[in-house]
Amino acid sequence: MTVDPPWALLAELTHGCPLRCGYCSNPVELTGRSRELGADQWSDVFRQAAALGVVQTHLSGGEPLLRRDLPRIVAAADTAGLYTQLVTSGVGLGDRRMAELVEAGLRSVQLSVQHADPTASERIAGARSFAAKERAARLISASGLPFGLNIVLHRANLDALDELIDLGLAWGADRIELAHTQFHGWALRNRAALLPTREQVERARGVVVRRRELLDGVVELVWVAPDWVEATAKPCMGGWGAVSLTVAPDGTVLPCPAAAALPGLDPPNVRVRELAWIWRESKAFNAYRGESWMPEPCRGCALRSVDHGGCRCQAHALTGDAARTDPACRHAPDHHLVRDPVHGPRTGLAYAHREGAP
Amino acid sequence: MTWRPVLHRSVVLRHDRVRGIDLLLLPERVVVLHGSAGRVLGLCDGSRAVDDIVAELGARYPGAPVAGEVPEFLTALRKEGWLR
Ligand code: SF4
Ligand code: SF4
Repeated sequence: MTVDPPWALLAELTHGCPLRCGYCSNPVELTGRSRELGADQWSDVFRQAAALGVVQTHLSGGEPLLRRDLPRIVAAADTAGLYTQLVTSGVGLGDRRMAELVEAGLRSVQLSVQHADPTASERIAGARSFAAKERAARLISASGLPFGLNIVLHRANLDALDELIDLGLAWGADRIELAHTQFHGWALRNRAALLPTREQVERARGVVVRRRELLDGVVELVWVAPDWVEATAKPCMGGWGAVSLTVAPDGTVLPCPAAAALPGLDPPNVRVRELAWIWRESKAFNAYRGESWMPEPCRGCALRSVDHGGCRCQAHALTGDAARTDPACRHAPDHHLVRDPVHGPRTGLAYAHREGAP
Repeated sequence: MTWRPVLHRSVVLRHDRVRGIDLLLLPERVVVLHGSAGRVLGLCDGSRAVDDIVAELGARYPGAPVAGEVPEFLTALRKEGWLR
């Protein structure tokens, strides 16, 4: 099988982060700062990635601003010919930092915010951060770089969607990305508190449709659908080993940032192997590439070329087997694992109460 | 005022050597340019008016339907917000 080249590289520069979001998609086991790749090693990764066909990189974390050598890393990516986007919580972005990053060739910034209300935002983030985000938004907007505001949606902020969109407009964002929580890593542990009700999702969808019409293309509103509530598998990463690769802080290369949690994947590392070999030949990247690994019902389903059978990490997290159909899909044999919590009451105690009744 | 098309600051025109195609790179997307679209956009540097671009392409590719297609193409990209 010939393997098409990748388009994008997610560079996780550090797992360190001043925030502790309840939905954090970082692995539950974090890489220590002493094992992080240095700027020269990143520079080599960018060169190899560009030679392989990558044209875009997201510089992410954790919080990439914790890397003092971030401007050097940005410059290395830009020199390699990659279009760079910084993905940040905004904490640690001051005047000097912003100027250095622009000078280094940074092309765009994605800032995250948790809620439009400062107190609620900080409660979700688990740390004081709202004032820093406001300052970051001012600096990004003043820099003239394309500015995306990213909001992870869940039960505690979904009803404040109008206010969140207003915040994005006030902060000067060009693009507002409303992304429903992906349930793996920390988010799965906090599922009971995060999972929205179906009514909430319906109302929110209405808000998006209405605001999109009013905004008429001035600001782009992106809605990343909630796979659990919609009972539809998401086309995770555009397919396993098809579009994008992730390099973790210690140089581990993964087909998707959550894949570190998959047992037996044995992911390769850029310290040991060439990126081209990792992409084309490694067992980890070929494990769920294409369609031959697919079980029923995906194997015979017309949607398999659209959603690629859904998310492998979610299948593993919920069923213990990464090769099963994503339980988010309504056709999946394990769909009850998703349907029951979505349709069930939001307090986990209802059944115990009933059984314990005299 | 005459429109002198130039790519929006967030848009980068790049030749992809690995795939042998021209691309527009944007914050969250990559646009694959077909045919001579990349060469047309290469002339959009803010110094040439649409007529200049058409004339230059016409001289370079005699017989190509540039006068009919190029202005339409540039207007479509302006609507996307990729050209200013
Ligand atoms: S800002 Fe991102 S990396 Fe940091 S805790 Fe929140 S989700 Fe995790
Ligand atoms: S059965 Fe598989 S391919 Fe079909 S929709 Fe569900 S996850 Fe997608």
